Amino acid sequence: MRIITEAVAGTLESSDLLVKVSPSRDKTLEIHVASDVMEQFGAQIRRVVDDTLKGLAVSDGLIVIEDKGALDYAIRARVQAAVLRGAACEELRWEQLS
Amino acid sequence: MLFLPGSKAGMLSTAFVYKPDCVMFDLEDAVSLREKDSARLMVFHILRSHVYQGIETVVRINPLNTSYGLKDLEAAVRAGADVVRLPKTDSASDIQELDAQVERIERECGRAVGSTKLLAAIESASGVINAVSIATASKRMVGIALAGFDYVIDMQSQRGDKAEPELFYARCAVLHAARAAGIDAFDVVYSDVNDDAGFLKEVELIRHLGFNGKSLIHPRQIELLHNAYAPTEKEVGYARRVIEAAEKAEREGVGVIALDGKMIDAPIVCHAQRLLQRAEASGVRR
Amino acid sequence: MEKEQINHLIQKLSAQCPDLESLRPFAGADGNNPHGNDPQQTRQRKLCATLEEAIKRTGLKDGMTISFHHAFREGDKVINMVMDTLAHMGFQNLTLASSSLLNANAPLVEHIQNGVITQIYTSGLRGKLADAISHGLMERPVQIHSHGGRVHLLQTGEVKIDVAFLAVSSCDVFGNANGTRGKSPCGSLGYAKVDAQFASQVVLLTDTIVDFPNTPISISQDRVDYVVKIDEVGDVSRISLGAARTTNDPRELLIARHAADVIESSGYFKQGFSLQTGSGASSIAATRFLEKKMVSSGITARFALGGITSSIVELHEKGLIDTLVDTQSFDSVAAESLAKSASHLEVSANEYANPSSKGAFCDYLDVVILSALEIDTGFNVNVITGSDGVIRGASGGHCDVAATAGLTIVVAPLIRGRIPTVVKRVTTLVTPGESVDVLVTDHGIAVNPARPELDGRLREAGLPVMTIEELYQRAVGLTGVPDPIQFTDRIVGVIRYRDGSVIDVVRQVKECLR
Repeated sequence: MRIITEAVAGTLESSDLLVKVSPSRDKTLEIHVASDVMEQFGAQIRRVVDDTLKGLAVSDGLIVIEDKGALDYAIRARVQAAVLRGAACEELRWEQLS
Repeated sequence: MLFLPGSKAGMLSTAFVYKPDCVMFDLEDAVSLREKDSARLMVFHILRSHVYQGIETVVRINPLNTSYGLKDLEAAVRAGADVVRLPKTDSASDIQELDAQVERIERECGRAVGSTKLLAAIESASGVINAVSIATASKRMVGIALAGFDYVIDMQSQRGDKAEPELFYARCAVLHAARAAGIDAFDVVYSDVNDDAGFLKEVELIRHLGFNGKSLIHPRQIELLHNAYAPTEKEVGYARRVIEAAEKAEREGVGVIALDGKMIDAPIVCHAQRLLQRAEASGVRR
Repeated sequence: MEKEQINHLIQKLSAQCPDLESLRPFAGADGNNPHGNDPQQTRQRKLCATLEEAIKRTGLKDGMTISFHHAFREGDKVINMVMDTLAHMGFQNLTLASSSLLNANAPLVEHIQNGVITQIYTSGLRGKLADAISHGLMERPVQIHSHGGRVHLLQTGEVKIDVAFLAVSSCDVFGNANGTRGKSPCGSLGYAKVDAQFASQVVLLTDTIVDFPNTPISISQDRVDYVVKIDEVGDVSRISLGAARTTNDPRELLIARHAADVIESSGYFKQGFSLQTGSGASSIAATRFLEKKMVSSGITARFALGGITSSIVELHEKGLIDTLVDTQSFDSVAAESLAKSASHLEVSANEYANPSSKGAFCDYLDVVILSALEIDTGFNVNVITGSDGVIRGASGGHCDVAATAGLTIVVAPLIRGRIPTVVKRVTTLVTPGESVDVLVTDHGIAVNPARPELDGRLREAGLPVMTIEELYQRAVGLTGVPDPIQFTDRIVGVIRYRDGSVIDVVRQVKECLR
């Protein structure tokens, strides 16, 4: 999946996260994660984000995440929502999202 | 049935602690148009996690004639929701169409065919009139719910302070349809979460009418509802004596069951059994 | 009698008993009065025109120990004001012994940086001050004690207060003071009373001077050296900040309801029981649920102890609690009740919780509801450091009452955000698990295995009881297992148990470089 436009998903409410995606200028994948619980769960959050992006075959783009203590399911959902919006993708292929 | 907006991570992540009998993840009215896609993914993923295991899960999809409805349905069925709630069900064909789509998705994703159940929400005059045919439109139907807000608008009336009379006919129609079809009946949402007295008054009414449950929008209503439905000490005591009398009659080979000089027939015994079951589930009224 | 005659008498006396040689002869009725001969001047002698004057007159020197109390909590104006003045006057190397320190005391960071304060004894730290100390601001570690433990340290002499600067709501020129009259009533002076007893010198600061003699007398003239009038001792509207009011949060109410259910089925819910609730939202809400049970069963409580809130006062005024034993008034309702109710008592921290007191009320306590930042599978409790390892709380009366109460209940949400409250091992141990009986969370209830009879009673009552291991698994099942916080080797805080022993330390947090 190709991110072709800037997009945002999620909120800064407690237990949620804000995901901003934008197209990469140099075909790299750059991921920034900031979290209220960075020390305790930073690594875990990063794992889930990487896994989710892989599932959607995202190989380049700028992903910026501001996490407010969201559980894994919410991280997956918001990252997917942002990427799908950023890719202007209407068709959902459920195997990629699972 | 506790309503949870599909877009609110905070609520989704914590609502199970209130031990509702079932949760309804809402993709319809509680979610703005711009957030439909994101909420759908939230509900999809939370269903796939084990956060709500042990609690019956319902997803309220958007109507199938919207651009969201079918995608919502795919998400709900594939993620393993127990029940799909269809809003604004006006006729049996709405349910039949839904049934067909659900079966298709079940086959595509390998879910046991027939495992996804349906619940119809009646929100209009047509829906009320067609309640019986809606309730019997599919083998998957497990419940029929009345949705008060939209119904009252469709009827060109308005909700007053007292729960009736504008809902009276609709309630009875939905109940009769449920009983005829052998499925559950759910009553409307009570939106004033701070008005305990008003809520309890409405619950008393629908309990007497025979509703199996109610749609709730705040966790504090769960306790109130359960307690109002719980039988009293006195009722439980009497029910136990009825069962004892029935068992005694059975043992002695006597055809007629008597208790306190009155004759007890089969429906009373049946009612006593149900009551004791309810006491098991909800405890005794406090 | 003539002077010579008396001298002669003393000579005779010392001939008979040589050790009496040093007795002084009478030198006139006012001759040896330590406070001077002019009655008017004597009466006004304690009044100082300014705080600087009072400080000078105390003879305070560098390296000495000064103390404060925290009854005004987030509304306190005196601690910062006195420290600013001391800094301005050039004092260095002081030991600060405050019964507690709050968010409002952030200005102390500067004084620490400038060497005005080099050692701190306190029951708690919050906000920017706590943050700075957790990141290594001080050379010497902070000594963190409980409320009862502080009195013990004063008794053993480890803490010797040279000058106590005590904010009081009203005072007469001779030093009779209370917290219930005046412009800014704070209620109980429970902590201040202890300082007045142990300090070498006592300076009272007030915004309301009343006619002599002031009543009621919480701090007596016979313990007071100087009195200073200032504009405002505290903003009483801020006392209740941080101490929660009534809540409508369904999660906190769920926990509160379970806590009340636990009390009801515990075997401790008997006529004349005694009760203490902390200042957390769930603790306070639990009193609402307990009230219903008390009314329906006709059970009343003999006394409530500790920090008194308006919820407790309500029960008292409804006749459900006979006596309120108050060390700290958490809001204006409590302060007013103290003023008007004959059975609302003010007690010092010594009478409240000191383990080496001749009599501490906490020894008579049946039930207490406390909160926790963390609790581990051994039921050990952390109330001092947050999930990020930074100091953000207070030891307070926690370990004091947990140790003595018949039934110690800790209430907490199982998960806060993504952080599990139940952990394998607490970051900082403040209250040992052997003092904790029951943990009540929104997911379920766990009973200390050392109380099997309690476990049995709660299960029989149909409460959702599970092992603490199960609660831990539930928590990490949802959040994932957190990575441990990184600390350096440097110790920034010492946790002192109520008997003065060291039970744990707080280390400096490592700066996270990204």
